[in-house]
Amino acid sequence: MRGRRSEMLSAMLLLLPFMAAFVLFFLLPALQTLYLSLTESSLTRTSAFVGLANYDTLIHDPSFWSSLGNTFYFSLLTVIPLTALGLVMALLVDHFTKASGWLQGAFFLPYVLPISVMTLIADWMLQPSSGIVNHLLGVQRAWFSDVDWAMPVVAIATVWWTVGFNMLIFIAGLRNIPREQYEAAALDGARGFAVFRYITWPALMPVTITALVLQLIASLKVFGQTYIMTTGGPFNTTRVTLHYMYETAFTQSDAGYAAAVAMAFMFIVVALGLAQALLLRKRKGRA
Amino acid sequence: MKHTPLHWTVVAAVSALALAMLWVAPLLWALSTSLRPEYETIAPTLHLLPQRWTVEAFTKTLGAGNVPRWLFNSALVALAVTAVTMAISLMAAFAFSQLRFRGRNLLFMVSMLALLLPFEALLVPLFRTMNGLGLINTYAGIVLPQVVSPVVIYVFRQFFDAVPNDFRDAALLDGASPLRVLWSVYLPMSGNIVWAMAIVTFIAAWNNFLWPFIIVTSNDMMTIPLGLTQTYDAFGVRYAQLMAAALLGAFPVALAYIVFQRRVTQGLLAATGLKG
Repeated sequence: MRGRRSEMLSAMLLLLPFMAAFVLFFLLPALQTLYLSLTESSLTRTSAFVGLANYDTLIHDPSFWSSLGNTFYFSLLTVIPLTALGLVMALLVDHFTKASGWLQGAFFLPYVLPISVMTLIADWMLQPSSGIVNHLLGVQRAWFSDVDWAMPVVAIATVWWTVGFNMLIFIAGLRNIPREQYEAAALDGARGFAVFRYITWPALMPVTITALVLQLIASLKVFGQTYIMTTGGPFNTTRVTLHYMYETAFTQSDAGYAAAVAMAFMFIVVALGLAQALLLRKRKGRA
Repeated sequence: MKHTPLHWTVVAAVSALALAMLWVAPLLWALSTSLRPEYETIAPTLHLLPQRWTVEAFTKTLGAGNVPRWLFNSALVALAVTAVTMAISLMAAFAFSQLRFRGRNLLFMVSMLALLLPFEALLVPLFRTMNGLGLINTYAGIVLPQVVSPVVIYVFRQFFDAVPNDFRDAALLDGASPLRVLWSVYLPMSGNIVWAMAIVTFIAAWNNFLWPFIIVTSNDMMTIPLGLTQTYDAFGVRYAQLMAAALLGAFPVALAYIVFQRRVTQGLLAATGLKG
């Protein structure tokens, strides 16, 4: 047998490329975000340590709170529809076994499109004068500059674009339900909706929690859609937290404050991730 | 489900068909738009199909402007990200799974921390790092941060953990180096999952918008998702050309998905931890 020392050496060599990239492009930036948030810095230069001053500014900053409000409004408009529709699509794909490949393909295809392809198509369809949507509805609305409609329209486009992924999660969940459970239910005389209510739905509960939390985290990370379609407008009603962070850092070159925004954002996302882990563990403990 | 009552089947069939049509309609509309002459896109009456079919929008898009260059950049970046991610993740996962060394679990846990922290929150210091390294507007600058993919390592490690140790021990006894064992014993066994993760990585890299948006400022270095947001300036409001450019930008990933549908779904599910 080869010595332990040589095994250790091989391990180090095999790990080196990943670890180098990990430290340089993940670990250090993560620690730097924390440090930067305690300084007054421009995009390229760190000037002064200011302690918690950026956080003090943050909690009194109406622009930050409104961006957070917009982020949660977007999440509210997307999380439930994306999860519910994902489940419905999964049930349909699972039901029509002969057409499942075609159905799944149709529902999933938009998900693989680059974001700017999605936004270009949405923009073309929603053009005030020549867009097909206004033609069909017989109106002349400029959707993206309408205070009431801008965010819902971005949300609808996002649902179309990403629901395929949630469908996939639910399909996997459905396929993991043991056949015997359905057979037992059939013997007990359960049919149609009762099968769904008493077998499928409870069995899908952990998957549903996973899908909801993954979706909530994904929705909170929204940036590209609003940035490209509305550039945060009209009147900043679609400027989300990441957009605010981006502007603070890259337009106003206030990297210290942007890092504080990033820390607040990171805190929310990590808390949600941990909440999901706890929720799932609790359910497993009870089962 | 054979016990479903008839009326449910009808409701399900109608909603399946309606939803599927609704979901492909925008893509078909984009395709239909891209195949007409420009004047038809602003005509007052709307026709679902082109009145005159033409591929002019495609030839113009490919013949002028930056679209070919952006497509080339995207292909180069996506292939590089995929190759590097696969190589370094396979090596790291093999070490984490099959080799014994001090600090193994701690190192693995620290790497998995990256699954929790959102990449988006690291943009500012990441930009500063790249700026310090002089990598703004370079291919290396676009590629490098995208190769850190803890989820790929996690999936590969799960896979390697499931392989019986006898394989490794026999090969090591024969005097093979760990890299040799990884290459000729483990890799051939893990073909499916490697392909699945590679295709998912390729699609994600092709579609990545946020990082190129931060690191690229010059028109020549843009990838197609980023470049497409600039096309208004280039084309004005020429919608046939815009749709042609959009479809060209989506074509490689749509093709990858259609050809490798199984692997894409397998890879995505493995990545969410729902299926090994």
